[in-house]
Amino acid sequence: MTMQGLGQRIGFWIGAAAFIALAFAMALVIRNEYVFFAGFVILQFIVLATAWNILGGYAGYVNFGTSAFFGVGVYTAVFLLKAVDAPLWIQILVAAIVGAALGLGVGLLTLRLRGIFFSIATVAITIIAETLITNWKFVGGATGVQLLRPPVTPPFDSYIKMLFVIAAVMVVIAVALARHVQNSGIGRGLRAIRDDEIAAECSGVPTLNLKLVACALSGALMCAAGAPSAMYLQFADPVSAFNLNYSVSALAMSLIGGTSHWIGPVLGAILLATTQQLLTVTISSEVNVLVLGVMLVLFVVVAPEGIIGLVRRVWRLVRRGTP
Amino acid sequence: MFSWELLVDAIVLGAMVGCFYAAVSIGLSISFGLLDVPNVAHPALLVLAAYGAWLLGDFDIDPIVAGLLLMPVFFVLGVLLYRTYHETFEKRGSEAGVRGLAFFFGMAFIIEVGIIMAFGVDQRTVQAFYIGKSIEILDVRIPMRMVVAFAMALLLSLALTFYLSKTFLGRAIRAVAQDEGALRLMGADPVAIKQWAFGIATAVVALAGALLIIVQPVEPTLDRAYIGRTFCVVVMAGLGSMSGTLLAGVILGVAETIVLTMFGASWAPAISFTLLLVVLGVRPQGLFGR
Repeated sequence: MTMQGLGQRIGFWIGAAAFIALAFAMALVIRNEYVFFAGFVILQFIVLATAWNILGGYAGYVNFGTSAFFGVGVYTAVFLLKAVDAPLWIQILVAAIVGAALGLGVGLLTLRLRGIFFSIATVAITIIAETLITNWKFVGGATGVQLLRPPVTPPFDSYIKMLFVIAAVMVVIAVALARHVQNSGIGRGLRAIRDDEIAAECSGVPTLNLKLVACALSGALMCAAGAPSAMYLQFADPVSAFNLNYSVSALAMSLIGGTSHWIGPVLGAILLATTQQLLTVTISSEVNVLVLGVMLVLFVVVAPEGIIGLVRRVWRLVRRGTP
Repeated sequence: MFSWELLVDAIVLGAMVGCFYAAVSIGLSISFGLLDVPNVAHPALLVLAAYGAWLLGDFDIDPIVAGLLLMPVFFVLGVLLYRTYHETFEKRGSEAGVRGLAFFFGMAFIIEVGIIMAFGVDQRTVQAFYIGKSIEILDVRIPMRMVVAFAMALLLSLALTFYLSKTFLGRAIRAVAQDEGALRLMGADPVAIKQWAFGIATAVVALAGALLIIVQPVEPTLDRAYIGRTFCVVVMAGLGSMSGTLLAGVILGVAETIVLTMFGASWAPAISFTLLLVVLGVRPQGLFGR
């Protein structure tokens, strides 16, 4: 490893530690619960967008099934709660394992399906999973299920603050994994797959293994992001757990931020999720989906490289302007 | 409880529903099957057309007439949509896949939310003299609305099959699907032909949307159920095969009706998607694959 690489790595982990410390400090100091209520959702979307980008951005497989993974995560938590009254960290951990398994299944689909066929297949998985849950009485069926939060443990004085800090930790884990994938041989292989899968296969890139790794990682993170959502809402029903809005959000945030670097989905998620939170409160939830759709279409048409691409372009102009 | 009578009922009704599914899928069969455009906005356009027919219903216009009136409007819409897609994605070449898909996915969401904001989330229905009555065929009671949709669907598929195989432009569309480069070498402009074909495909959606609101009440998010149905039919048919579309529609219709009568409505949404996954896994080229 070069000195510069080492410096970047140290810088990243200092930033990550500062981020968690900040979240923790906020939970201890700020009294207004709404900050955490909105903040949790924003952090959750950072995880979802980052997870989506591992497969969609690096490998170029467009996953419309973020909501399938999210919903399965929610219902893994619901099942564990109802069956064995499992604590939150077990719910998240098991959800990640289930998500990785489901991701492997989706990864096997990529053996035969590419492009739009893969995308439609992921929509199919979403609807099939939703239908199965709808018909499963134990976890509440179509009407949904009410959940009770366990008492909160110190140093937190409210459950929502604890969820906020947990989400912050998940963001760091997700981003660290994405960063590792991007900078390692896995990322190079995935990019080769995106540019030309057959050529990559012919040059000895283990395409199937790489795709399976990407799918499993992405799936595990998405499911894990869904798990605390059950406790957050204290309620779960199939229609909202498997809502396609999660799919379009994760995809839009990645593409708007820029898919070539891990910072892209993070920026996109912060920008869009914050706007969404403001719009939902001030105008309506329909308007925020509309804004999301319009932004997505605008960006893919006008700025295909996303915010990262725009910044790079401006940067190049500035450097050329000052000789 | 299993009974032969119920099964026969389900098959007869399913076959009619199936022809209707073929009619709503046939536009996609052209735009996606023949032209290779990842048009995931197709079901959203379908619902949009149904709302158009509902709006025109306020002026006492029969839904089918409304569908016909909407066709030129949708033709222009389709041409514009394809133009945008071509200029921004097809021309740029590489990476068109991801962004082209995202483009149509985003368009679908814009249409869906646009409808919610304009007309609310309530279910909408239309009035016509044939809606609400039923007739008996082979001892099976069949709602008149299904018969009308069935007849229109058959007519539409036959007309399109004829158009694509017998007319000059229709053959040109098929030629563009087979080998774009060869067409260019012959001195023809493949983009102009694809634009025309996409316009036709979208115009057909206008009529199909009118059939949709005849068959069932529509709501803004109905397009999600039809993602599965339309793509299932088109993929099962084999991309771009018109006669296959009809057969695939009937297979889906019968499968849905049978599951509906045996297991209940809560399983219905998954059927088309399961069938789609099975086809993709076992025979991705479809029944009549080229």
